[in-house]
Amino acid sequence: MLDSILEGVIALTLIAGGAFAFIGSLGLTHLKDFYMRLHGPSKTTTLGVGCTLIGSLIYFSLREGPVIQELLITVFAFITAPVSSHMLAKSALHHKLKPDPRTRGNPIELQSERPKHTLEEEPQGDSPLP
Amino acid sequence: MIPPTRWLPMPVLSLLLLLVWLLLQHSISPGQWILGGVLAIVIPLVARPFWERQPTIKRPLKLIHYVLRVLKDIVVANLQVSRLILDPRGRMRPAFVEYPLTLKENFSITVLASTITMTPGTVSAHLRLDGKTLLIHALDVGDIQALIDEIHERYERPLMEIFES
Repeated sequence: MLDSILEGVIALTLIAGGAFAFIGSLGLTHLKDFYMRLHGPSKTTTLGVGCTLIGSLIYFSLREGPVIQELLITVFAFITAPVSSHMLAKSALHHKLKPDPRTRGNPIELQSERPKHTLEEEPQGDSPLP
Repeated sequence: MIPPTRWLPMPVLSLLLLLVWLLLQHSISPGQWILGGVLAIVIPLVARPFWERQPTIKRPLKLIHYVLRVLKDIVVANLQVSRLILDPRGRMRPAFVEYPLTLKENFSITVLASTITMTPGTVSAHLRLDGKTLLIHALDVGDIQALIDEIHERYERPLMEIFES
């Protein structure tokens, strides 16, 4: 009885994890500009990975006695994801990527006399690739 | 708090490293204790130049409360973002928000920036060099001032009490 309840919980976390990871990836393709696309992977996909790992944690704890590694992986994923997304946003601001026109607020980092690059024509190097 | 010494500049970090090492190895054999102990001493010594000073936790209970609140907010944030992504009409109101920081120390600012990234509809994008403004990109925001007030009340004030007051 307890086993089937726990199996249900495992199935639920796995499905939730898969759904969150899928929605995050969908956001990566669907949203309009770089800054909005950043929201998908930084939040949704991280929770997706977290849910999957929790499911795995419960499953292997049941079969092989308590394991704790998955919990550590989850914690590290939650600590590192904001840092990487912060660095991505920072480099996008540095390249002055144009935000979606509906975006309110015009931070000083995006204002310059340099021509702005749109997402489609990203800056290439001086020499064309072979 | 354990006082820092020359060979253990960050005792709490060393303890955490040893603990994480033992948990990852999933064993408490003497060899793992020795290896973990060596790592716990060497890693803080090597990483020392990157740390400014060891953060002190002044209100541990508040920290636990804060972690629980952030965990709950992460789930809420994900449901919100999922709804926004799946909404076929795509009614989003993205905005850049300049958030005025009142936190002073780099460590607590880092924690706040990470929290902002993980919680409802906001990604911290840039910390201005003067350390007083955090540039946030929000996915869907109606009232910018309300967002600033919410972050201040919900996250910045507790962090202030935990690390700085």
